[in-house]
Amino acid sequence: MRFLRLVWGNLMRRKLRTSLTLLSVCVAFLLFGLLCIINEAFSAGVTMAGADRLIVRHKVSLIMSLPITYGARMQRIPGVDATTHWTWFNGIYQDDPRNFFGTFPVEPESFLAMHREYLLPPAEREAWLKTRTGAIVGRTLADRFGWKVGDRIPLMSPIWPRKGDGAWEFDIVGIYDGDKKSTDTSGFFFRYDYFDESRAEGQGLVGWYVVRVKDPDRAAEVAAAIDAEFANSPYETKAEPEGAFAQSFVEQIGSIGTILLAILSAVFFTILLVAGNTMAQAVRERTAELGVLKAVGFTNERVLGLVLVESCLLAAAGGLSGLAIAWLLTLGGSPIPAVFPVFYLPTRYLLIGVGLVLGLGILAGLLPALAAMRLRVAVALRRHA
Amino acid sequence: MSNSGEGGPGANGILVRVDGVDRTFHRGAEEIHVLDGLDLEVPQGEFLALMGPSGSGKTTLLNLIGGLDRPTRGSVAIGGDRLESMSARRLAAWRARHVGLVFQFYNLLPVLSAARNVELPLLLTHMSGAERRRHVAVALEVVGLSHRANHYPRTLSGGEQQRVGIARAIVSDPTLLLCDEPTGDLDRKAGDEILDLLQALNAQHGKTIIMVTHDPHASARATRTVHLDKGQLSMEAPA
Repeated sequence: MRFLRLVWGNLMRRKLRTSLTLLSVCVAFLLFGLLCIINEAFSAGVTMAGADRLIVRHKVSLIMSLPITYGARMQRIPGVDATTHWTWFNGIYQDDPRNFFGTFPVEPESFLAMHREYLLPPAEREAWLKTRTGAIVGRTLADRFGWKVGDRIPLMSPIWPRKGDGAWEFDIVGIYDGDKKSTDTSGFFFRYDYFDESRAEGQGLVGWYVVRVKDPDRAAEVAAAIDAEFANSPYETKAEPEGAFAQSFVEQIGSIGTILLAILSAVFFTILLVAGNTMAQAVRERTAELGVLKAVGFTNERVLGLVLVESCLLAAAGGLSGLAIAWLLTLGGSPIPAVFPVFYLPTRYLLIGVGLVLGLGILAGLLPALAAMRLRVAVALRRHA
Repeated sequence: MSNSGEGGPGANGILVRVDGVDRTFHRGAEEIHVLDGLDLEVPQGEFLALMGPSGSGKTTLLNLIGGLDRPTRGSVAIGGDRLESMSARRLAAWRARHVGLVFQFYNLLPVLSAARNVELPLLLTHMSGAERRRHVAVALEVVGLSHRANHYPRTLSGGEQQRVGIARAIVSDPTLLLCDEPTGDLDRKAGDEILDLLQALNAQHGKTIIMVTHDPHASARATRTVHLDKGQLSMEAPA
């Protein structure tokens, strides 16, 4: 602490240069934070996937349906604990394609039993079971449109027209929250029986099944048994762990992780050069002062430490500000909930960011610090004279 | 301020003993012999002026006595401490404790106030903040700059900066003051004030001073003058 004034004074010696370097580091870490938020948004489904859950879909494609009778048949397969089904509805609110969000007809009891990550008050659960046109919506979605329990919501579906060609109408009976920050609360779920009765075609079909297995260690074995059960039928299935299913969705737009890693590597390499150059210049221009420090008794190791602390302080001031700004940006919620329903900066990324700040500080300062450490007192003083 | 403990004079009162010292530098393939078998003894409490033409080895000799450089051959002992056998770390600690350095161009850190510059050597001690401040106040008072303690070097005159440099050199109460052309960058009046101050430190506080100078007017203030030419002592003259 007693050397802090000296370190601070050196940092403030060239205010413009320090400010610009600090700004560069800040922007790099802001970018890091934002990319981590996006990565988390894309991979939320993967990280939230239950290890004991399988997704069973049509073998050819997810857009092809499966019979409703498969649920009962799967229930009889050894190792299967429970099943529920989802169907892609593609609802659009107020006839505006921008008002798009995930809408799914589901069977309420088996759905809530399967997805315990969705927290619904008991009274609202009862209301859903009693109300045929009832729908539950996630907190993020309700906030987005200002919906509340009791509202009647008309939706259009380009996939599933209603008999008579009118809009689908739903009564909001509940608003669910997530048990974790990363739980997607932008969904709209309504009753399958109402949907199946009212749709113009496709009765008796569902989109895909979610299956809970009794023993997660035997998930692969159960998935194989399910596929075998429906082999050589008109509706052959592909069963896979929920995580793999979510990952395949993410990978439809490329390997997000690889893209982010490539961008961040380029950014950090550049910023390392910028910060390293600043430190090298800072040390070079005060050769004589370093000589004086050594002349009055500062050891080589202490001089090395002072330069490294200076470099780390520079990286910390810029990097932590960048991370803080990225974190603050998430407090207002997702700017595009339809694309990023999950929008937050996880603690693990913050910790990685702090590690990168420290690494940047040490790496940027290492060569100048070693040069300062090796500087011979008499040479440094002579150079000045 | 007084000298005590390690780094003090030997039984015969000799504080600095330079014995058969060579110092050779290399510039490419060329060898430059700056000091050549030099011997010198400086008694405790002496104010020695070291004179000589440019390139004669004055500053090199001062650096060797201050432990800022190492001899190619021979030995330098200060109060019985043989400097050439010390590790870099030990030598740094020894410098902090026993040597005060005054430079021609003051070499103050521009980012620190006068008081903070003076405090620098004390940062290496175990003194508390209050103790350090007290020592700094005394040192600044000795050099007559108490009223400029919070000023930064750029706002001080050359003479004032050199006084701060001297305060920094004496703040840890060292055995030995080494001054490299302390008046070389000052006008006559400011130079005289610095020389008055050095004389007072020598006479009133008992500091042993070795001063490199080109200026006969400055060397006249010393108790003894030594001339150095081509790496060897050519003449010694009492002041």
